[in-house]
Amino acid sequence: MSTQWVDYQEGELAIEGEWTLAHYSQLKAAIASLPAQAGQVHEVNLENLRAIDTAGAALLVELLGAERVGDVHAWAPSLSAERQALLARVAQAMSMSLAPKPVSESWWHAMLAMLGQQVEALWHQQLQLMGFTGLVVATFARILWHPRRWRITAIVAHIQQSGFNAVPIVALLTFMVGAVVAFLGATVLRNFGATIYTIDLVAFSFLREFGVLLAAILLAGRTASAFTAQLGSMKANEEIDALRTQGLDPIELLVLPRVMAMLITLPLLTFVGMLSGLAGGAMVASLSLDIALSQFIGTLERDIAVTHFLLGLSKAPVFAFVIALIGCLEGFKVKGSAQSVGEHTTSSVVQSIFMVILLDALAALFFMEMGW
Amino acid sequence: MSDRQTKHKTADQEPVISVRGLVNRFGDNVVHDNLNLDVLPGEILGIVGGSGSGKSVLLRSIVGLKRPDEGRVEVFGQALDSLDSQQRSQMERRFGVLFQRGALFSSLNLQENIALPLIEHARLSRSDAEYLARVKLSLVGLPASAALQSPESLSGGMVKRAALARALALDPDVLFLDEPTAGLDPISAAAFDELLVTLRDALRFSVFLVTHDLDTLYSSCDRVAVISQKRVLAAGTLDEIAATQDDWVQAYFHGPRGRAAQQAASTHHLQE
Repeated sequence: MSTQWVDYQEGELAIEGEWTLAHYSQLKAAIASLPAQAGQVHEVNLENLRAIDTAGAALLVELLGAERVGDVHAWAPSLSAERQALLARVAQAMSMSLAPKPVSESWWHAMLAMLGQQVEALWHQQLQLMGFTGLVVATFARILWHPRRWRITAIVAHIQQSGFNAVPIVALLTFMVGAVVAFLGATVLRNFGATIYTIDLVAFSFLREFGVLLAAILLAGRTASAFTAQLGSMKANEEIDALRTQGLDPIELLVLPRVMAMLITLPLLTFVGMLSGLAGGAMVASLSLDIALSQFIGTLERDIAVTHFLLGLSKAPVFAFVIALIGCLEGFKVKGSAQSVGEHTTSSVVQSIFMVILLDALAALFFMEMGW
Repeated sequence: MSDRQTKHKTADQEPVISVRGLVNRFGDNVVHDNLNLDVLPGEILGIVGGSGSGKSVLLRSIVGLKRPDEGRVEVFGQALDSLDSQQRSQMERRFGVLFQRGALFSSLNLQENIALPLIEHARLSRSDAEYLARVKLSLVGLPASAALQSPESLSGGMVKRAALARALALDPDVLFLDEPTAGLDPISAAAFDELLVTLRDALRFSVFLVTHDLDTLYSSCDRVAVISQKRVLAAGTLDEIAATQDDWVQAYFHGPRGRAAQQAASTHHLQE
């Protein structure tokens, strides 16, 4: 039988035409249509072979067997030296086993294994976070008495990046949420003829919860990710190892300035968030509820105790500490590839938002029980 | 040695790459000024030059990653920037590039790394492409067990080999190598040089080899081009280059390392 690429007659197999990658599938089909014993044929004729590359050579080796193609110089001496070399080389490569070890597992086995891995990973993550917290606190205690090692420049730079530059977005977002809360309050309270309590609603929610929560969530998205990406690419580039070998402590140089900056930044941003949330509420109150600005401020002064402001603000340093720690720790966990930087950045944002909301819920419970 | 002599006949053939009057600058820093260079079919051309002399920038200009500020780069008789995107993609398929640090795709395992161009360009089925990928991996001397490993778990030498396998995936006509033996131990480096020559002899591609490794120059390059003072200072066989009267070239080829490499190469050829 005969095709464009192989010509098989009793006792003789002629390989013809261009055995290249471009014709791979046709070649494969042509080989498949040969009778089974074609590969063991006595005579193989390569004289009309016009072109061959590694893909073609691989197919030829598959057809004839690695051993036979490896001896090509013996049975096809007229073939050019380069093609002999190519065929011999590919035959040699393919004489080793090519199939990687098969990985076969039943699906339920794989699923159970995955569940176990996830649980164990979660447990390890919490352990690591606690260990890291201890390490950072210990390092902080050590340098507390050495003001020379406080890295003021780095702290200020991080305050600018993660705090000052975030003021517009925090202010805008809380302003809009403030307006939304006021609208919501007005809609519900109108039924009871108590629209004036919209002021209390906005004030309570922003002083106690939303100011700090929104600022913390924004920083978790904006700054925890930045910390992870920065430290992660330094880790990938072996910069952190370089610091260590020079006897410098990466916790002191890289982590503490970031943590300190966050501890200063988040309370300030919380304050900005509270103010602009109240401003959003005041705007809605004066524009659509006929509550004048002076009345709004007067009610605030008279009805809202300063405790609420302090309670809200007291959560800010805790959130800041957790966000900064998670961001830095995930950065240190990065392993040398771009993919890994991406994975850990995602993980740091998810974790820090989760932790912020969890801690906020716990705090709300605690404050309620205490009657504050 | 006979192989080297046949190479000299290629001198009157059409060059596969011709660079004319190339100028590259970054801001005020002129890297190349009126640089001319030819790469001939089937040769291994070694590019040497001091650190920061613009060897990698030259490579990037030829493969089209950097647009030259002035001058003309022709590949197979056509300028890359005069082609439309489809023709350009066709042309780029004839290149294989090995980057300095491998640049293997970190989200794919080795066989997927190599199968990717086969699936995208040659339109093979995934199983065919992965099978061919394993042939290529074996061709560059990697064991079958490496096929499913991810790039980050490989040693430096294995990354270089895997990157070479990927560069060879589409059986390119020109192979660009950016310091392929940097960071390898001498034994792996020598094995890499030998592999390169064997594959070149078998597959007949041209090689544009940026290197600092003198042993590589002596053991595998047919011609050498020296980049210095923002242009190609000299191009020719090793003997011709070594005879060039230039302080940098003299220091490079006749320094202690250069002499050692030359000696090693000549005893090697005598044994042959």
